[in-house]
Amino acid sequence: MQLNCPHCGPRDSAEFSYYGDAARQRPPLSDTDVEHWHAYVHERDNRKGPHKEFWHHIHGCRQWLVVERNTATHEMLGVDMARDVAMARMGSDPTLKGV
Amino acid sequence: MTSRLSSGGRIDRSQPLTFTFDGRGYAGFAGDTLASALLANGVKLVGRSFKYHRPRGIVTAGVEEPTGLVTLRSGGRREPNVPAPMAELYDGLDARSQNAWPSPAFDLLALNGLFKPFLAAGFYYKTFMGPFQKSWMWYEPIIRRAAGLGVAASERDPDRYEKVNLFADVLVVGGGPAGLAAALAAGRAGARVLLAEQMPALGGALLNEPANGAADGWSKGIVSELRSLPNVTILTRTTVFGAYDGGTFGLVERVADHKAEPDPGEPRQRYIVLRARQAVIAAGAIERPIPFGNNDRPGVMLASAARAYLNRFAVLAGRNIVVFTNNDSAYAAAADFKAAGAAVTVIDARPALGSVGAQALNSDIKVIPGHAIAETYGSPLLQGVAISPFDLATGQCDNGFRRLAADLVCVSGGYDPQVHLSTQRGPKAIWDAARACFLPGPAPDIQLHAGAMTGRFATADCIRDGYAAGAAAAHKAGATGKPGDLRVPETLPGGDAVVAVVWDVIPPKGLRDQKRFIDLQNDVSASDIKLAHLEGYVSVEHLKRYTTLGMATEQGKLSNVIALAQMAKLRGIEIPQVGTTGFRAPYTSVSLGALAGHETDEHLRPVRRTPFHRWNERQDCVFIDAGLWKRPWYYPRAVDEKKREIVTSPNRQIGNETVSSTTSRPHDLTTARFEDVNAAYRRETRQVRETVGMVDVSTLGKIDVQGPDAAEFLNRVYVNGWKSLEVGKARYGLMLRDDGFVLDDGTTSRLAEHHYFLTTTTAEAAKVMAHLEWLLQTAWPDLRVHVTSVTDQWAGMAVAGPNAKKLLADAVKDVDFSNQAFPYMGVRQGHMGDLAVRVHRVSFSGELAYEVFCPSGYGEALCDFLMEFGKRHALILYGVEALGALRIEKGHIAGGEIDGRHSLEDLRMEQMASKLKPYVGSVLRNRPEMQGNDRPRLVGLKAKDASQRIRPGMILQPHNGPYKGHGLGHVSSTTYSPALGHSIALGFVIGGATMEGRVIDAVYPLKGDIVVVEVVSPHMFDAKGERLHG
Repeated sequence: MQLNCPHCGPRDSAEFSYYGDAARQRPPLSDTDVEHWHAYVHERDNRKGPHKEFWHHIHGCRQWLVVERNTATHEMLGVDMARDVAMARMGSDPTLKGV
Repeated sequence: MTSRLSSGGRIDRSQPLTFTFDGRGYAGFAGDTLASALLANGVKLVGRSFKYHRPRGIVTAGVEEPTGLVTLRSGGRREPNVPAPMAELYDGLDARSQNAWPSPAFDLLALNGLFKPFLAAGFYYKTFMGPFQKSWMWYEPIIRRAAGLGVAASERDPDRYEKVNLFADVLVVGGGPAGLAAALAAGRAGARVLLAEQMPALGGALLNEPANGAADGWSKGIVSELRSLPNVTILTRTTVFGAYDGGTFGLVERVADHKAEPDPGEPRQRYIVLRARQAVIAAGAIERPIPFGNNDRPGVMLASAARAYLNRFAVLAGRNIVVFTNNDSAYAAAADFKAAGAAVTVIDARPALGSVGAQALNSDIKVIPGHAIAETYGSPLLQGVAISPFDLATGQCDNGFRRLAADLVCVSGGYDPQVHLSTQRGPKAIWDAARACFLPGPAPDIQLHAGAMTGRFATADCIRDGYAAGAAAAHKAGATGKPGDLRVPETLPGGDAVVAVVWDVIPPKGLRDQKRFIDLQNDVSASDIKLAHLEGYVSVEHLKRYTTLGMATEQGKLSNVIALAQMAKLRGIEIPQVGTTGFRAPYTSVSLGALAGHETDEHLRPVRRTPFHRWNERQDCVFIDAGLWKRPWYYPRAVDEKKREIVTSPNRQIGNETVSSTTSRPHDLTTARFEDVNAAYRRETRQVRETVGMVDVSTLGKIDVQGPDAAEFLNRVYVNGWKSLEVGKARYGLMLRDDGFVLDDGTTSRLAEHHYFLTTTTAEAAKVMAHLEWLLQTAWPDLRVHVTSVTDQWAGMAVAGPNAKKLLADAVKDVDFSNQAFPYMGVRQGHMGDLAVRVHRVSFSGELAYEVFCPSGYGEALCDFLMEFGKRHALILYGVEALGALRIEKGHIAGGEIDGRHSLEDLRMEQMASKLKPYVGSVLRNRPEMQGNDRPRLVGLKAKDASQRIRPGMILQPHNGPYKGHGLGHVSSTTYSPALGHSIALGFVIGGATMEGRVIDAVYPLKGDIVVVEVVSPHMFDAKGERLHG
């Protein structure tokens, strides 16, 4: 399996490490609700089909990526820099800025 | 008795070879396989079967060989379970039969055959589960020894294996007519082509045709054109065993398996990871057997295999041959046998003779239509068959039978396309009722299928099909050339195989119901399928597991379709309704050596050496592995001859031994003339507390944190506050994971307004780096901070002990080391000579101590400076064993305590956590479950008996019991404390500080150890922390 790193081009999946579901939303640090953090840390959907997930190009550019992959076929549907995804989310939700 | 003909075949008679089988010498020729050479020498009995130890011979001429499995070579090169047809002969080849003792001809374990009613399907499950479980203990070793295949080598494999990455526009799998044509079309179109063929020669089924005929003429022309194309790579002896995502294929090239030893510098095998834009799979087809009574007797062979032995190797495996067929393809074999001088009788299951059968009659071949072989006889080798009139519709033999003498039975039940590779990633195979075989499902994304594996059995059709597929694949891969036309001669062999299916031959009245084997390798017969059906194991997956059908190297190659068909018949349903086996890689066995490639030993886990490593070697350092690192363990000193504690063996000359400076000191040497680890670390520990020592701390994770928001970033990452840290100061920090458990600790220093130097533990360095990158990139992308790992860029030496300050003041002239100017937790930059250094006043040992960092390339200069200035201050070197002793005495936590399972409260560090700010993990660490008193918490432990040693990993239990489960906690780090004079430890005990003063037991059930320990404060030495201020 290969991942198309936006920095490095198509690279073997062995260069990356996997960090699971990228659809879950990290609460801002100021959020003190245990349930929100519990859901973020522990709860995952085990989706069949298109799935957004984090990959870290650990033996490459060290960038975190958001990869959309079909879990049933391993088809790669898209890849974005995690930083860009996070910035976009921050743009639409200003409460995430600061702490 | 030789079966070798004086002419013909594709062997090289000018190169005679010798080999041994079970210790006996035989002769063969270059171009032979072990199977052909054995058959040429009249060796028909080559092994015993898996369960029943029935005599077995060679059945096929290819990878599908179920019974002719042998062990090749000996010692570290021993290789079990090699199909004899795949073992190319070389001079001196040493082969052995398997699963027979003392020999296949006289096998004592054949008694198993008498017990076969007990070894039927589900034997293991029925016998050794439930009330009989205990008897398994008794019988397992005996049964395991009796049933099985070959035995793997236990010695180290002396050969080298390689792993390479290759790329191609078009991969062509299979070098038969379709594959050759596909490669040619793609090659002519200009695509970068890789053609992989598992056999040593190209041609596929055409090699089974008489040598120098029309088939050879065609393939020779194609191969020479392929070899002339620079964009075409041909790999023979190369199996494409797996198809993976994104156009990745796994190949194994048997580079030197056909030689006694690889040539110098040559690998035995090469594992190729191939990335292809397109793949044409032309994997061909394998002939299908027909089950009949005692169809496993040596001398029963596939018709195509017997023909291959004749036309490829000039071996006529029988003189009196009975061919049993349900289709026309076997008549070509019959004609070749006849032409080679054998008497041939064809038993055709079909009631009426077609044109091919009629033609055979004309050429003096006896043909008996409407009959089947009901059983074979002869012991152990085939002597003849019983044939009966046969009803195709019911599979039942009519009453009556007659015997025919025969020394070879050739069976043809049609052909099974090799859909294995094509279906590994894609849709399952589809049953084609008209052709009575499975065909590959619709090709997934980048695959195309061609030739016999698509159900085309005429050579001309395969060629045309392959050529079109090759052209299409090249086009899809972006090649722009035009392949042009390919002339296909009409004289090539083969026709569309119309098969009258025979799934079973039920014997006539008057003949005993003998075993009709379906899977010859795993001894699964028609009666096992029936039993599985009776007992409800009717789906294909249950059938396989209950009967062991298609296990091991067989993998359903010969057995799968027949078993499915029999189950379908028993259930009264169609074959596809029983289910279709999904295939997974590998297609054929792949050696673990090839998969590992060169990634063994230090090449699997690379060795990390600190910048001081060579310097440490020169100090006679003994190293210890810490993760990938080699860390100084201790620095043994020669034991004074007069006070010598360990008596040197008089036979061993040690005095003049020189110790290589590049390797660790052999252990026997250290015990004889040098201190052992215990003596050394106790001395080192003592000397650090008395004078001064230095230890290599370069393995600490080091992260450069820079940017205007660096303080804010650290404030979010660590549980304690960071905004007030001044330039030139260091602070100890703890970080948590999001779930509230402690991730790591370390000191971080502020070097400049926007520049911090963060250290991590050695063990967690990589994890912390990924964690920081994760937070910056996914959670707080607005923070203007960069993190860079500088672990390898900085060498670090900790200098600890009462004389440390004096030593460094001598060495670093441009820094004021007075307590006022350079207090505890201060950071200064200065020079040792002209070497720029950073000096951090931090202490892990509890002593007055500094960590001195310099750029890695100057590591040795740093050591030399410190040693030179250290002479006046009684500087010694100490290793991680003493480092551990010093920190355990002080109750400082390290890897044993920060193991990812402990909360701040468990580590008694909760007072460090800021209440004024949120930080990573601040919410979930406050869950009551994380803070409960029922959790084991950090304590010190002291052995009551000073002579007893506490072991790491001991379980803590109430004194004198009762010992229950995980008890009160566990021991995490242990040492002998020279300062306290007894064994001490850190550990976790339910109750924590409230247990101090109590006596409990530390137990090690595996060794039967019980040590009575007292629970104490973790701060066991210098509890007030006065020493570090000097």
